[in-house]
Amino acid sequence: MPAVSKGDGMRGLAVFISDIRNCKSKEAEIKRINKELANIRSKFKGDKALDGYSKKKYVCKLLFIFLLGHDIDFGHMEAVNLLSSNKYTEKQIGYLFISVLVNSNSELIRLINNAIKNDLASRNPTFMCLALHCIANVGSREMGEAFAADIPRILVAGDSMDSVKQSAALCLLRLYKASPDLVPMGEWTARVVHLLNDQHMGVVTAAVSLITCLCKKNPDDFKTCISLAVSRLSRIVSSASTDLQDYTYYFVPAPWLSVKLLRLLQCYPPPEDAAVKGRLVECLETVLNKAQEPPKSKKVQHSNAKNAILFETISLIIHYDSEPNLLVRACNQLGQFLQHRETNLRYLALESMCTLASSEFSHEAVKTHIETVINALKTERDVSVRQRAVDLLYAMCDRSNAPQIVAEMLSYLETADYSIREEIVLKVAILAEKYAVDYTWYVDTILNLIRIAGDYVSEEVWYRVIQIVINRDDVQGYAAKTVFEALQAPACHENLVKVGGYILGEFGNLIAGDPRSSPLIQFNLLHSKFHLCSVPTRALLLSTYIKFVNLFPEVKPTIQDVLRSDSQLRNADVELQQRAVEYLRLSTVASTDILATVLEEMPPFPERESSILAKLKKKKGPSTVTDLEDTKRERSVDVNGGPEPAPASTSAVSTPSPSADLLGLGAAPPAPAGPPPSSGSGGLLVDVFSDSASAVAPLAPGSEDNFARFVCKNNGVLFENQLLQIGLKSEFRQNLGRMFIFYGNKTSTQFLNFTPTLICSDDLQPHLNLQTKPVDPTVEGGAQVQQVVNIECVSDFTEAPVLSIQFRYGGTFQNVSVQLPITLNKFFQPTEMASQDFFQRWKQLSNPQQEVQNIFKAKHPMDTEVTKAKIIGFGSALLEEVDPNPANFVGAGIIHTKTTQIGCLLRLEPNLQAQMYRLTLRTSKEAVSQRLCELLSAQF
Amino acid sequence: MQFMLLFSRQGKLRLQKWYVPLSDKEKKKITRELVQTVLARKPKMCSFLEWRDLKIVYKRYASLYFCCAIEDQDNELITLEIIHRYVELLDKYFGSVCELDIIFNFEKAYFILDEFLLGGEVQETSKKNVLKAIEQADLLQEVRYFPRCVTPFSF
Repeated sequence: MPAVSKGDGMRGLAVFISDIRNCKSKEAEIKRINKELANIRSKFKGDKALDGYSKKKYVCKLLFIFLLGHDIDFGHMEAVNLLSSNKYTEKQIGYLFISVLVNSNSELIRLINNAIKNDLASRNPTFMCLALHCIANVGSREMGEAFAADIPRILVAGDSMDSVKQSAALCLLRLYKASPDLVPMGEWTARVVHLLNDQHMGVVTAAVSLITCLCKKNPDDFKTCISLAVSRLSRIVSSASTDLQDYTYYFVPAPWLSVKLLRLLQCYPPPEDAAVKGRLVECLETVLNKAQEPPKSKKVQHSNAKNAILFETISLIIHYDSEPNLLVRACNQLGQFLQHRETNLRYLALESMCTLASSEFSHEAVKTHIETVINALKTERDVSVRQRAVDLLYAMCDRSNAPQIVAEMLSYLETADYSIREEIVLKVAILAEKYAVDYTWYVDTILNLIRIAGDYVSEEVWYRVIQIVINRDDVQGYAAKTVFEALQAPACHENLVKVGGYILGEFGNLIAGDPRSSPLIQFNLLHSKFHLCSVPTRALLLSTYIKFVNLFPEVKPTIQDVLRSDSQLRNADVELQQRAVEYLRLSTVASTDILATVLEEMPPFPERESSILAKLKKKKGPSTVTDLEDTKRERSVDVNGGPEPAPASTSAVSTPSPSADLLGLGAAPPAPAGPPPSSGSGGLLVDVFSDSASAVAPLAPGSEDNFARFVCKNNGVLFENQLLQIGLKSEFRQNLGRMFIFYGNKTSTQFLNFTPTLICSDDLQPHLNLQTKPVDPTVEGGAQVQQVVNIECVSDFTEAPVLSIQFRYGGTFQNVSVQLPITLNKFFQPTEMASQDFFQRWKQLSNPQQEVQNIFKAKHPMDTEVTKAKIIGFGSALLEEVDPNPANFVGAGIIHTKTTQIGCLLRLEPNLQAQMYRLTLRTSKEAVSQRLCELLSAQF
Repeated sequence: MQFMLLFSRQGKLRLQKWYVPLSDKEKKKITRELVQTVLARKPKMCSFLEWRDLKIVYKRYASLYFCCAIEDQDNELITLEIIHRYVELLDKYFGSVCELDIIFNFEKAYFILDEFLLGGEVQETSKKNVLKAIEQADLLQEVRYFPRCVTPFSF
């Protein structure tokens, strides 16, 4: 039985492990362990000094006991002693123990750090590596504080061995992930990027991981990595399967490194340099081509490694989302995998196609696979694969295939695994609403959902169907008829009783003309379910009954009898009892008119984002595809011009978009005076904390340009970088305004502690009131959140408020500050007037303080139509035939503020030869003339 | 990669490597949940599953399950081959490795893993280079006794 093994044998350890394995019961095991612990403790405490070997053996035993799941509260000191041993195997065990069992005993940490420091300075590469492994394994803040500054030096030192560089790179990565603030950026970063060129493939492999992590926070500092990564990748992809010797894995050259390089490239947009881009596209095409070649080996390792690169390549193609040709090829490739005999490939193809479905270039190509995906839903034996199929159907759904997809999901729901039913219900409800052309179809679909999977239909879903029926009068009669029929089933789900009760209470009258659904029959049908229902449903039904009293006077006595019965009036449940008493009383004392008023049909619900979608997002986390889809769609539509307002946010699902709300601005309660919550003291607070991480970032580069663009328009993208997109939609009327700010997370990682703050400077604050609510501090990857700002202009102002955003992305703090384009001209109301009136007023404003004039060079081509559009966009009326010179433009309007109204006249005289303009503004207030002139001059 | 677990068909944990800071309690909870989930799966099922907000990649070799947790953007197939490469490294070092080798030489299994993966990232993929690092330690060889197993991992 005994066999010789490699390495340093510890016979005592082997015996102990054998003993444990031979224990017949848990009790016996514990007994044996306790015996061993007592033995070790006595050895450690004994008078006789232990030699290194014994110490190593006992520490190793303790480690084994710990890994079995038992607590260990001693031995740390002996392990620390081993660290300073000269024998590699003893040191190694010491480090292993520390890595697994480190505790934050400060005295011990100091000793450990000391030992590590000695090993790092030892110039013995094996010792250095052990020390680096230990730091990487522990990765604590204390270790970061002690070593984060040294490791970059070791990493780029010319005399470091390759293996040391590899360990140093990944050690630094771990420390950076744990405490990014401790790793100082500096001159070494440039040298790290050049490790991509290193001769040693292992060094490159380790360095790419580090660079990928660092460049996410400092994309500009690491930009040079793009071309280096592309050329490295290109060399690997084009190498023969034997060129890379030991880095070839089952005939695939350097698969791990390839995947990492492709991941690194996904941190950046497509290369700007045409040559680099060309080389990269060539690589991507080569990978796609290779997928079609016959395999070089039948081993699964060969195809896995090859396909790992292929899937990462497809991810990069999707990330770029700019090469229609590659996107379609990727889609076709995945299409082949959908029917592959390997379950793993089918799973990944479904997953990857989900993201392809949201690209406008490949959406149609994905749709062609609908039958295969539906088939997968029916035939896959593994629930996780079926789940992927559901996700893909959801992602590929659009108006053209919604009826088919919804029908298939409904039929799958009948047999679906319990674990995914609720999610399917939510998805069906969302798709049915989003793509309903005919709302009868929507009502049927939701009732089917309740019939098939009533238990999984959450409140959000049945609330939503009621909201929609109430808001759309073309479907109310149909809904009443359908729920009435559905309620005929002998056993129907309680959720159906709720929906049925609510809808009949509102719209039962629409079907009461049919003797088969007369008021009494409706009532009896509902009441036959009453006793089987829970308290909340009964409460809802009582409300339906009192609504019936109003709708159908003829059933009033029957309903009063029911309300009067002991089981209602004396019901043990307070809510039910109260409703019964109050409704009974109401039905007796109130006149028909009062009843009709109190029990009037529900008014339409205010339109808002579907709560179902919110729920799905919460359930699914970052991988919701709809968000991407909508963000993308919004980006591609000119928000200002399109005939149909683009869905401004994920609310595409809720029937009208928030813009419907905007139109109701006049009815909105005026923003109350007083310091607005988020802007009031903002300026001050920022000063106080200006040295902390939450300090306001300097204004984002380029935001100045975007700001100017918003002077004459209200919607569009205000700011965009690698991580974040900020879009605006706003509307102003008189001195009030409302602005929707959309924050889009462009990455696939969560933003944490996401806090946008509106800052009005001390000068601005008395003139402008801004009110808003905080947004959810977590923004999922690919998701968009919106924030509404209510704006009130108190008096005229010059500065613009600043929108400052802080969030955490992958462990690093991000700051973005942009000027929010709320400018004085937004409160302009155009005034039409005849030539005579205009000049009369013009003369009245002839005081030199009232006029401001600016002569400036044209920055844009001088186009009459564009100029007209800009003046109208600016907010004033464009007065035709006022100026005797037809080449000039004349405008008039009133600036509304809370305290006063200011009449404004303007005249713009272009000089085509000189490519100059002269702009004259006359208002009753100098500051207003000045500001308006500034704002408008910048537009031409 | 966030962590790697090796456990037997009976659900006994043989090796655990955590690349994110977690409390012992949390580690035990995760282990319990995952071992249960993975053992409940049938042989022909796919090697990937969603679990919490992570992706689990697992593969069975003889009596032992190798199970890795990776993040949303990580590549499943390459992770499957990380597992395989680790098994190959163990196999080459022990010579037809089996579960008992990992039980009796657990410290070696950890050392080999540290040479291959560090901080959850692949450090060195060359078999030769990884084993060279380990074997340096074995230069001062001592003799070690331990029982040999009967069922080596099959590839």
